[in-house]
Amino acid sequence: MSHTILLWSVTFAQICLATAMALAALRMSRGPRAQDRVLALDTLYVNSMLLLMVFGMRTGKVIYFEASLVMGMLGFVATVALAKFLMRGEVIE
Amino acid sequence: MSTIEHASELPAWAALLVSFFLVVGAGLTLIGTIGFVRLPTFYERIHAPTLGTSWGTGGIVMASMIFFTVLATRPVVHEILIGIFVTVTTPVTLMLLARAALHRDRTEGNPGVPAEGPVQSPGESVDAK
Amino acid sequence: MLPYPLLSASLVIMWLALNGFTLGHLILGCIVSVFASWGMAALRPVKPRLPKWYLLPKLVSIVLYDIVRSNIAVASILLTGRSKRIKSGFITVPLELENPTALAVLAVVVTSTPGTAWLEYNSLNKSVLIHVLDLVDEEAWRVLIKTRYEALLLEIFE
Repeated sequence: MSHTILLWSVTFAQICLATAMALAALRMSRGPRAQDRVLALDTLYVNSMLLLMVFGMRTGKVIYFEASLVMGMLGFVATVALAKFLMRGEVIE
Repeated sequence: MSTIEHASELPAWAALLVSFFLVVGAGLTLIGTIGFVRLPTFYERIHAPTLGTSWGTGGIVMASMIFFTVLATRPVVHEILIGIFVTVTTPVTLMLLARAALHRDRTEGNPGVPAEGPVQSPGESVDAK
Repeated sequence: MLPYPLLSASLVIMWLALNGFTLGHLILGCIVSVFASWGMAALRPVKPRLPKWYLLPKLVSIVLYDIVRSNIAVASILLTGRSKRIKSGFITVPLELENPTALAVLAVVVTSTPGTAWLEYNSLNKSVLIHVLDLVDEEAWRVLIKTRYEALLLEIFE
């Protein structure tokens, strides 16, 4: 019983997050401006982080948690660097 | 569809709770991204991903915490780190992106953007805290 | 030796929570926290003063409640297709807060609530530019931010 509920909800969450990633990729390809693409990249990073956590629950391995933490950190640094680049035209002043 | 072998000894109440948080979190993230595609301007689009970063992340973090805590019968707090991290970093990225967009729109003279307030000295921008 | 005792203590507790409680991890966590607090001291941040820290749970509960409420509001706006017709816009809110820590907390609160985004703070005329997704009444939003969050933050930090 509990196994069936869990299986369906985990599958539902995975489908939702994968669709969300596809939509963010659509916005990234459509633009129209650079800031939209950077925001889409940030959303893509957050969604992939969440998808990795759900994947960790599905497989029961804690290693996915660390992967998602690294993913979140990379996403933050990448977005900050790109935003600075958009504002000043250079990353490190 | 494969099975979740390691979760067979999870009690029913925990399974229901985990499923509820998972569905809420993933659903909110999806709704936020749908809005991200549908909204017409950049400044409106900046609101859409906050759905995924506030209760989308919160729900999935909560589900994962309950899941691993009940299975391993000891408190697992690793996920709190992700929650804190996302809560602290999202405002920073959104604020930087919004300021970059404002700056670009102002220098290009696009309509619909409020003018810049008085600054301390020319060439030196006022830092947002 | 320990310039930030609270920071060091919470680092040790976090280290033990993540790695499990053993004597080796206790020693390793203590070493890491000492070096981390030296690194923090080298950055010379302004020490935040919290004279009324007991009001923080009240702020957290208000913010969590507001996040849930505005999540539902924004989700319903996005789902029912009102996104084509809603009127969004910029508002400037004059602030009395000057403490940088309090301003940072306010920025986190405003941005993590869906539907409002903190854009930029002007320290010369002490006002902040905020973008609101569902802007029905400008004055109501101004009053909301000033009375609901700023008054409490002023009380906590000053």
